[in-house]
Amino acid sequence: MADLNVNIGKLHLKNPVLTASGTFGYGIEYADFMDLSRIGGIFVKGTTLHPREGNDYPRMAETPSGMLNAVGLQNKGVDYFINDIYPKIKEIDTELMVNVSGSTIDDYVACAEKINELDTIPAIELNISCPNVKQGGMAFGTTCEGASEVVRAVRKVYHKTLIVKLSPNVTDIASIAQSVETEGADAVSLINTLLGMAINIETRKPVLSTVTGGLSGPCVKPVALRMVYQCYKAVKIPIIGLGGISNWQDAIEFILAGATAIQIGTYNFIDPAISVKVVEGINEYLDRHGFRSVRELIGGLG
Amino acid sequence: MKKYIDDWVVRENRKLTDHAFLLKLQLNRELPEIHAGQFVQILVENAENVFLRRPISIHSVDPETRTMDLLAQIVGKGTCKLANLHVNSSVNLIYPLGNGFTIPINNKQQKLLLIGGGVGIAPLLFLGQTLKKQGFTPIFLLGARSAKDVLLLTEFQQTGEAYITTEDGSLGEKGFVTNHSLLASGDFDFIYTCGPQAMMLAVAHYAKQHQISCEASLENRMACGIGACLCCVEKTIQGNLCVCTEGPVFNINDLSWQI
Ligand SMILES: Cc1cc2nc3c(=O)[nH]c(=O)nc-3n(C[C@H](O)[C@H](O)[C@H](O)COP(=O)(O)OP(=O)(O)OC[C@H]3O[C@@H](n4cnc5c(N)ncnc54)[C@H](O)[C@@H]3O)c2cc1C
Ligand SMILES: Cc1cc2nc3c(=O)[nH]c(=O)nc-3n(C[C@H](O)[C@H](O)[C@H](O)COP(=O)(O)O)c2cc1C
Ligand code: FES
Repeated sequence: MADLNVNIGKLHLKNPVLTASGTFGYGIEYADFMDLSRIGGIFVKGTTLHPREGNDYPRMAETPSGMLNAVGLQNKGVDYFINDIYPKIKEIDTELMVNVSGSTIDDYVACAEKINELDTIPAIELNISCPNVKQGGMAFGTTCEGASEVVRAVRKVYHKTLIVKLSPNVTDIASIAQSVETEGADAVSLINTLLGMAINIETRKPVLSTVTGGLSGPCVKPVALRMVYQCYKAVKIPIIGLGGISNWQDAIEFILAGATAIQIGTYNFIDPAISVKVVEGINEYLDRHGFRSVRELIGGLG
Repeated sequence: MKKYIDDWVVRENRKLTDHAFLLKLQLNRELPEIHAGQFVQILVENAENVFLRRPISIHSVDPETRTMDLLAQIVGKGTCKLANLHVNSSVNLIYPLGNGFTIPINNKQQKLLLIGGGVGIAPLLFLGQTLKKQGFTPIFLLGARSAKDVLLLTEFQQTGEAYITTEDGSLGEKGFVTNHSLLASGDFDFIYTCGPQAMMLAVAHYAKQHQISCEASLENRMACGIGACLCCVEKTIQGNLCVCTEGPVFNINDLSWQI
């Protein structure tokens, strides 16, 4: 049994396998299918200061080896999370992290401040990359200035591990990673979804109510892997890699490209127990290749 | 209710029409509790460009033989692949999902009307069988394009009273389900419906006019099927709710339908 422990800032993870925000609910949705305590951590659903109804149906379109979504951050707001959801999930024996979204800097700050008070939430993931909301969201994540501004503001009020989730819908993701590193982010996670579109040729209308939506699933993996590799060369803070991971081999690829930990998103829908299988697969791989710790593998391209 | 993920063995794959088929699946252990109106998420393997699981209603369940029947219509690549599954091959299901229909508690004389259109009749047989076991006599009203599209009529007739409408008049009364003379009285205690959206809207309209309680089973597009992704939402009086967990069965008064 190899050592699977990794650290992201002050955050200690029992293994590098995490589940991605918006694809894993609050964790409990998956409790019938797997032992939640066996994964390194869970990023819960995107949470905003105020409740959001999200976008109109249809919000989803299947595409080759993936899907488009336009959920639009439907959630009941941070107060509901704190009062009604947090008490039900805080005993889950793995790291719970909240994905914080917003449309203004003040919203991000207020939301982060409230979550800072929760004992068993050791980290937040700042979502500056959601393509499915009209204001804010991705707007902050597509320029170095926008990204810096949000991170600077949140860093002042948030004292635990601050992870910033980057948008792939940019020309140079490494420069955005550098900007948030400069502002004091403890880690970056990437990628969020790629902006995409699908058309129903029978009705000659877009499939999604919002016309465009976020592409995820195995089809985005090569793009995500490339971006992790580019960021690894550009920043010193840990990288959490995600985008299209559907088995342990994919996870190893991300770690070799420079990821300290990985997240599994869309593939949870296909196999709700995939994350545990990835933990097992990584462990066997490490043993087979004689690595004592998964940390030896990070950025270990030959 | 606890959910499971298991491989089931295909015991029968019966072609009913050019577009419809019945899959009989068997589990290698005792079946858990499953309610009428619930559905499964079926993994379609080795089908080109099929990525997500497909939601299919539970058509019937037999705890004695540990089998479950699914009734499906071929509309695209996933259902086409399922129609060609070989006997003794296995399929992976996440089940049982969703809430299920409300079963009335007392007064077995109540007139319960089950209205289905097309393959929307799928969950109604299981519902009818459940009602029959409880001592009710379910009344089925089934709509189809033409006589050859009327599926599994004998099974419905064995479970309750069955009435038919076809669009071309080749079996039963001609027209849509809501045109059937059976509805003239307006004398029903509860209506359950599943089928094309337009049909369910018409049924809901009828139920509302006659002040009859009515539940509809929705078929919104799904990704996860377990309440994790929020893709399948329907507008309701409580805002957007997930059809996969809060439904697929809704009381029509809770929906934001214009009826
Ligand atoms: C809770 C629930 C229960 C269901 N029960 C049954 C059942 O018992 N029997 C049955 O035959 N079908 C049922 N369906 C519908 C079934 O899931 C779809 O027909 C199936 O997913 C289509 O897959 P496909 O790969 O064959 O089609 P695709 O190739 O994915 O699509 C073919 C066409 O169908 C459309 N389509 C696909 N899925 C849906 C959908 N959910 N709603 C509307 N249009 C859609 C697509 O836009 C496309 O035009 C149910 C759906 C839900 C949500
Ligand atoms: C239905 C759905 C909802 C999502 N919601 C969020 C969200 O609320 N916040 C966020 O940062 N990312 C969200 N994402 C993006 C995922 O967390 C992830 O970054 C992306 O899907 C790529 O990973 P994958 O290919 O493994 O799914 C969502 C993705 C999907 C498919
Ligand atoms: S399909 Fe994912 S929440 Fe209903």
